[in-house]
Amino acid sequence: MEQNIIDVRNLSKSFDISSKEPGLKGTIKHFFRRQTKSLKVIKDISFEIKEGEIVGFLGANGAGKTTILKMLCGLIYPSKGSISVSGYLPFRRKENFLKNITLIMGQKQQLIWDLPPIESFYLNASIYDIDKFEAKRRIKKLSEMLEVDEELFIPVRKLSLGQRMKSELLAALIHEPNILFLDEPTLGLDINAQRNLRKFLIKYNKETNATICLTSHYMKDITSLCKRVICVHEGAISYDGKLDLLLKKLSPVKEILIVCSSEEDAIKLENSGFTVKNKNKNEITIKIANNSITSSLKTILNNFDIEDLYINEPPIDEVIGKVLIKKDYEI
Amino acid sequence: MLEYRVEIALWAISGIIPFFMLNIWTNNNLNESINISDIMLSRYFLCAFFVRQFSVVWVVFSFEEDSLMGKVSPYLIQPLNPFFRYFAQHLAEQITRFPFALIIAFFFFIFNPESLWIPNLGILLLSIVSTFLSFLIQFLIQSIVACLCFWTEKASSIERLLFIPTLFLSGLLAPVVSFPAYVKSWIYLTPFPYLIDFPANLLSGNETNISGGLSMQILWIFLLFPLFKKIWSEGTKKYTAMGS
Repeated sequence: MEQNIIDVRNLSKSFDISSKEPGLKGTIKHFFRRQTKSLKVIKDISFEIKEGEIVGFLGANGAGKTTILKMLCGLIYPSKGSISVSGYLPFRRKENFLKNITLIMGQKQQLIWDLPPIESFYLNASIYDIDKFEAKRRIKKLSEMLEVDEELFIPVRKLSLGQRMKSELLAALIHEPNILFLDEPTLGLDINAQRNLRKFLIKYNKETNATICLTSHYMKDITSLCKRVICVHEGAISYDGKLDLLLKKLSPVKEILIVCSSEEDAIKLENSGFTVKNKNKNEITIKIANNSITSSLKTILNNFDIEDLYINEPPIDEVIGKVLIKKDYEI
Repeated sequence: MLEYRVEIALWAISGIIPFFMLNIWTNNNLNESINISDIMLSRYFLCAFFVRQFSVVWVVFSFEEDSLMGKVSPYLIQPLNPFFRYFAQHLAEQITRFPFALIIAFFFFIFNPESLWIPNLGILLLSIVSTFLSFLIQFLIQSIVACLCFWTEKASSIERLLFIPTLFLSGLLAPVVSFPAYVKSWIYLTPFPYLIDFPANLLSGNETNISGGLSMQILWIFLLFPLFKKIWSEGTKKYTAMGS
């Protein structure tokens, strides 16, 4: 039984936000009498994450996903509640805790802009007390996994976004952290670079049993990497559970396009009790509940003369999109 | 690479305020009023130039920019206080400045051969220590101001306010000895005269209280360091990781 590596209880975070009316009058008013209000961005959330799990945080812009990650890695101080990550209180930023985690935030970089990435890697190695020989071994291993080579010796400012992101990842993983916090790691990358990054993360997770918490607006990141998702809506958790279950709940039926050998067969099928979405000559689209797909298809294949059939999954973006605007999903 | 070399040369040249001040002082015979000879005055301002080259600090501007751009966040989750990075950057730049400062000194002596002198090894070592202590004091003062970014976002405005007493009371524009006696007694209670005036006087061979000056420098470091630690600890609680 794997242990909980992250334990969050009744966590809340509020920010003081100031607001200003437009124009000169608003500016003068703002200068003399600044109006601030307390905005509760995270509202009493609780969850646990087990060692080795890959968990995706889903939510609309401003839902609070990144704020949660920032609190988990100790960047910002929680207003209320408790967090335990690897047995530590993240905000105390104890050396052993920091040596166990890493945070990658989209295009925010820690590489030294004017120097080749290799210099930043050795600097990071010194910061994490890794000797030069060991650092060299880790750089070699990670650069092979990430498929980077010559780029390590070219100044960062001359690298493409994809190359930079890989180098960024290498810099962030040189200390071999057990917990990875990834905030939109594939932001701005092309399709191939996104795929390679995902492949790398899966490999890293398998080889090191690292726990990965990530946010992403690319559904492919979530579906390829995460078995479990936590949906955040206006600072509260609207769903926490398996991605499969969520998808089944949100789209309980599949659409099946059947090409019958004749129009008569299509008419017979139309009148056989299935929910028909549309019909066009010998082509008919029916809706079948996920839990009866096999039996329904058996019946159709045994009783009708079928030329071809296609099972269509509803687009994942559309399905997940529904969850981002809803407050609660009970499964 | 050419632009980097030019940039380094410009860094070194940008610190030549003491030479302008030397010109103003000697052209107006202002040194007569404080009983300093022309030679000693020119040595003082050359030393002030050197001390300034190796103690100038800009951490507040770097930290403010990094803080506003969200670059501090990755540093904060590393097991090293981000100010060590800035400290290392400053040291690296000081080393880079050294050859350019020597070139400027070479030309200074070409035009002022009578000012040429070689300080004895003991004084030279003490001056290096004192210049480093001056750098530490300035680094701590600016780091404390930089931490105000956690509250104000624009801590550099406060630094600009601090720059005024630094400019007038540190000995950059005039040796502190030139101030009236009652003002001097107050100035010596502040950290400012130990930033330029004391190390420059020490190196140039002017009369100065070596043990008193070094003690005051160390005292200021001991006062400023816990203050920095406290403000850092309180400030990071306020950190909102904006821009990231």
